Amino acid sequence: MMEILTSLLTLFAELSRLAFGGGNTILPEMQRRVVEVHHWMSAEEFSALFALSQAAPGPNLMIVTVIGWHVASLAGALVATVGMFLPPSVLAVGVLHAWERFKDRPWRAAVQTGLMPMVVGLVAASAALIARSADLDWKLAAITAGCAALAFKTKIHPVWLLLGGGVIGMLAELI
Amino acid sequence: METVVPTKRELFLGFLSLGMISFGGALPLARNMVVERRRWLRPEEFVELLGLCQFLPGGNIINLSVVLGMRFQGVGGAFAALLGLIAMLSMVVIALGAIYQHFHDDPHVRHLFAGLAAAAGLLISMAIKVALPLAAAVALVCFAAIAVPRLPLLTTMLVLTPVSVLLLARFGKNGGGQ
Repeated sequence: MMEILTSLLTLFAELSRLAFGGGNTILPEMQRRVVEVHHWMSAEEFSALFALSQAAPGPNLMIVTVIGWHVASLAGALVATVGMFLPPSVLAVGVLHAWERFKDRPWRAAVQTGLMPMVVGLVAASAALIARSADLDWKLAAITAGCAALAFKTKIHPVWLLLGGGVIGMLAELI
Repeated sequence: METVVPTKRELFLGFLSLGMISFGGALPLARNMVVERRRWLRPEEFVELLGLCQFLPGGNIINLSVVLGMRFQGVGGAFAALLGLIAMLSMVVIALGAIYQHFHDDPHVRHLFAGLAAAAGLLISMAIKVALPLAAAVALVCFAAIAVPRLPLLTTMLVLTPVSVLLLARFGKNGGGQ
């Protein structure tokens, strides 16, 4: 048991350092290690847990918690979660600390200005990738377009747009 | 715009509720909460911190919770925000894992999730809200590099960011947000 917990901790701590841009970058490697190296579950089970973590609220990195739970119940969930989230958090705290220290340097303002279009591009790219995998037919694509327009033009809380999208998606398939 | 400094309790509860409502991408909801509703940050400060988070490993929204907590309330604040974000989500995902067998054969539930996932439109609107003219051109290149030939994220960021910094420092008006 202790051995499994240690493997969970080291595996996810290792993966956490590679997870630039969130969970999707490390997913193939995670799958390889969990399914093929450690034989903790079948490929189908992994896909099911992935779908589930996508559908659940929160970042899709939460797949780590449910994998840990699947492998070694509550202790596994805890250990996997800590392994995944603690190292990047410590790093983030350090980086922010340095960033605030350089507040008044002119180069910091330049870096800040230059970072902004990167933020926009990265957000737009994730939007495109998610839309491409989510919009399987024209009805779902119409939900995406309508949602984008409403979110841009109005002050409707995003949750209502999400719920609306979910309900319309369900109704559209019933007709 | 007046901003408010959140307490540890507010950080915890803020990220708790943010986590529970974030389906298919938490960033638009995070901006909505942090900038528009709770006014913890000005729009340009949000973009600045989000930019930092994108350069760190780990989930953007997870890093954002840590960085915001740290900024307002130090290490204790970082813990409060991070715990707020993931404690409840962990229980939800575990509960879902436990009852998954009952769910995954039901077509209604599948379609509900398909509609939820289609709300990627929120991300599109956020990208537009943040952009500026010259910055928009750089953003477009970044977008194209990642979304079309699927270049690796890290390479794109390492190549394009210095270009972006130089270009905007040289030709851009004082940017940094809306």
